[in-house]
Amino acid sequence: MLIFVLRRLALSVAIVAIAVVLLNAMLHLVPGDPTVMILGPRATPELIERTREAMGLDRPFYIQTLTFFGNLLRGDMGVDVFTGRSVASIVFSQLPYTLTLIAASIVWSAALGIVIGCYSAFRRGSWIDLSAGVLSVSTISVPSFVMALYGLLIFAVGLRWFPAVGAGTGFWGQAHYLVLPAFAIGISWVGYIARVVRASMLEILGANHVRMARAFGLTERRIVFSYALKIAVLPAVTLIGTGVVHLFSAAVFAEVIFSRPGIGALIVNAVNERNYPIVLGCILVTTIVIVLATLVSDLVNAWLDPRIREAL
Amino acid sequence: MSEMTETTLLSVHDLSIDFFRSGAKLHALRHVDLEVRPGRIVGIVGESGCGKSTLASSLIGLLAGNAEIVSGSIEFEGQDLARLSTRQMRAVRGRRISMVFQDPMTALNPVVTIGRQMIDIQYREKRSSAEKRRIAAEMLRTVGIPDAESRLSAYPHQFSGGMRQRICIGMALLMEPALLIADEPTTALDATLEVQVIKLLKELQQQFGCAIVFVSHHLGTVAELCDEVVVMYAGEVVERGAVRDIFRKPSHPYTQALLECDPARIKTPTRELPTIPGTLPDLAHPPKGCIFRERCPKAFARCEVEAPADYAAEGAEHRARCHLLDGKARGTA
Repeated sequence: MLIFVLRRLALSVAIVAIAVVLLNAMLHLVPGDPTVMILGPRATPELIERTREAMGLDRPFYIQTLTFFGNLLRGDMGVDVFTGRSVASIVFSQLPYTLTLIAASIVWSAALGIVIGCYSAFRRGSWIDLSAGVLSVSTISVPSFVMALYGLLIFAVGLRWFPAVGAGTGFWGQAHYLVLPAFAIGISWVGYIARVVRASMLEILGANHVRMARAFGLTERRIVFSYALKIAVLPAVTLIGTGVVHLFSAAVFAEVIFSRPGIGALIVNAVNERNYPIVLGCILVTTIVIVLATLVSDLVNAWLDPRIREAL
Repeated sequence: MSEMTETTLLSVHDLSIDFFRSGAKLHALRHVDLEVRPGRIVGIVGESGCGKSTLASSLIGLLAGNAEIVSGSIEFEGQDLARLSTRQMRAVRGRRISMVFQDPMTALNPVVTIGRQMIDIQYREKRSSAEKRRIAAEMLRTVGIPDAESRLSAYPHQFSGGMRQRICIGMALLMEPALLIADEPTTALDATLEVQVIKLLKELQQQFGCAIVFVSHHLGTVAELCDEVVVMYAGEVVERGAVRDIFRKPSHPYTQALLECDPARIKTPTRELPTIPGTLPDLAHPPKGCIFRERCPKAFARCEVEAPADYAAEGAEHRARCHLLDGKARGTA
């Protein structure tokens, strides 16, 4: 188990390193010179040259990448071109907002999705099952930013139940501001998770071991909650683990639409300004979070299923 | 039967079960009678699809959702199981009747420890969980699992197939039921394990004194284990009697054909195994007359028009549904 975690962490480092190299390469392919953005259109060629030198942009691509890695090992992610603040402090000040948003979206959508999925499986073919099926497919097919826009229009502008922009302060204040963005991101996941849980629950309820549990007179409640559910949520856990990527991209939209602080809002501005250090810092942190999320989902599955635990 | 003096534990009378499948009604069981006395082992034999598993499932109320009991009764300890509600049936399951399934590899829950599963099935008992655990460990020892205490915290996949079937048998006997239903418990095991499991069943049956309904298509194991045999064909009981009578003096042409097809009985080496020509009749529209008529080498005119009654055959309580026995029955009467 420990060996598995260590091996996975080593693999995660390798994945992050590859991502950084690819990102460095891609950023240099994007048209637009950061020095021009910083200094403005009236900068003299000499000034531009000097700034390029100071930022290390005159050196070859591989030297720039290696320097980045070197600095990274010392915990230095570079400085913001405009403000001169350290990238690390900017990124880590924004990260909690995004993580809270993603976590809130996962928690509410998983809880509701599992309940709906199980209920649909127990009452297969009932009108609740059928309407849950139709609703799932419709919510899955609507992009999260459309949900966000309509959520904003109806609940914030129209009904004025929830605030439209910002992040709020204090626990309840933040929670209040979280509702609409978390709803927009999570709604399609309710459908996904409900579908996956329903399918696996149906399979398990027809399994031989459930038949055997019934032959021993165990109550349906016990069969479902202590015997079947643990197996039925396995695919949903994997789905969420790999889906954190999509949750991040949905968070970008939500943060822009709701003007929330966060990695998504940060990255969009940084890309528009060709603020390379910030972009790199954001992507780096995001990649680490995504890689860790898959690791966590594997560990949760291992905790639920002894067969997976042993395979580790 | 009515002439029996011993009390019966289980008495299935005139049981008919239909299956609804893609709009058609399959008459899977038709007018089945079955008697099980306390402490006896009754074998149910027949080829695949003859309804033996359906009969076994009906005894514990675990029929598939598309099955319906059309007629008949399943008398067990003074109740008609065919008429019990789900809740009432659950009170019988696992306590008075328990079941061992065909495939030990999938019968145990893969994510719950053996100990937890053995403790959970004792949920009706007012014992402390330490006591339940001790009883579970004792049962594991009884069914021959070495190092029982520590194995309680193991998961099913950490046991071999033979071990898992032993555990299933142990679990089935844990509540000391009056009737154990074993639905082809050795079919998924290889030959050596099969012998061990049969031996274990026999020992435990003597120790616990429960009756067993043993479903199998393996004539050898039935001959070895059972006291009485019920031969089923296409959803009907065609012959029943003491194991000796069935194997020595099979009276129904189907039983005779079945015994001839048993590879263990072939004396001269042959390249082709004997088979019964023809196939099972369409159970959506069972033919008039005798159900085995189309494949029967001894069929005659009467078999086409009249379904044979339950005639007495040679031996005590030996009965078969074949017109050929009609004369004999009249002779002995």
